[in-house]
Amino acid sequence: MPGLNEFLILSAVLFCLSIAGIFLNRKNLLIILMCIELMLLSVNTNFIAFSYFNADIAGQVFVFFILTVAAAETAIGLAILVVLFRGKNTINVEDFDTLKG
Amino acid sequence: MIKITFYLFALILIFAASRVITVKNPVHAALFLVLAFFSSAAIWLLLQAEFLAIALILVYVGAVMVLFLFVLMMLDINVNSLREGFVRHFPIAAFVGAVILLEIILVIGAWHKLPTPEAATALAAVPNTQALGMVLYTEYVYPFEIAAAILLVAMIAAIALTMRPHTRAKYQKPEEQVSVRREDRIKIVKMPSETKD
Repeated sequence: MPGLNEFLILSAVLFCLSIAGIFLNRKNLLIILMCIELMLLSVNTNFIAFSYFNADIAGQVFVFFILTVAAAETAIGLAILVVLFRGKNTINVEDFDTLKG
Repeated sequence: MIKITFYLFALILIFAASRVITVKNPVHAALFLVLAFFSSAAIWLLLQAEFLAIALILVYVGAVMVLFLFVLMMLDINVNSLREGFVRHFPIAAFVGAVILLEIILVIGAWHKLPTPEAATALAAVPNTQALGMVLYTEYVYPFEIAAAILLVAMIAAIALTMRPHTRAKYQKPEEQVSVRREDRIKIVKMPSETKD
């Protein structure tokens, strides 16, 4: 059985890949949403690894709630994306500058 | 043996994740994300989280990724304009990712009292789904209900955001139907009575 730090390093690599993905695809809103999914996945892997190695089921309960919130976030995010695409006919993040931020 | 399985699935997971962020076509990115979810579900199975591994495949691959692909194919996206600046941003993305990874690995490496797999035998006494259900419906019953409310709110929000009223559909207006008066509908016409010839 691999040790706890192998699981932690695996999810750290996954998390950094998704951060780099947000930097790389900073114009494509869909890929940014996918990168957020990958981040949540790596955090969930951390929780499950700690739950296993500490023999505590609470970590898995937490992952259950994270999955719920992530599914809700994805549904609302995609709905907002569809509404934005209807209004502007693009999903390029640089075109959404109406608030002059 | 478990170690070989872990490294195999870890390599597939990292390969799929790096393809998600570098591939040109967003549909391919979504399909590589499905591969990433599958291989991390396998890693969760190694950690004896059977219920969550199956839930990950059912909820994510079965519902969320299908939603992603549905939206991707519904929108007509110009891929090339979205790829602008990919090469220009590559060095800073690699730098930031490498620095964060280095910091996390330093923190994990400096941590000497890591728990060992021997502590994990207590969890295996009860089936995973049963163990999860036993705490979920007793100790965590209020968070569980809040999670249900969150899902309901998300469903209503998604419908409310994307629903467009039908402009050409014909409706009845009950309030006008009820408040109609006799004078609006019938007109009494006075005319001389006719005689039969």
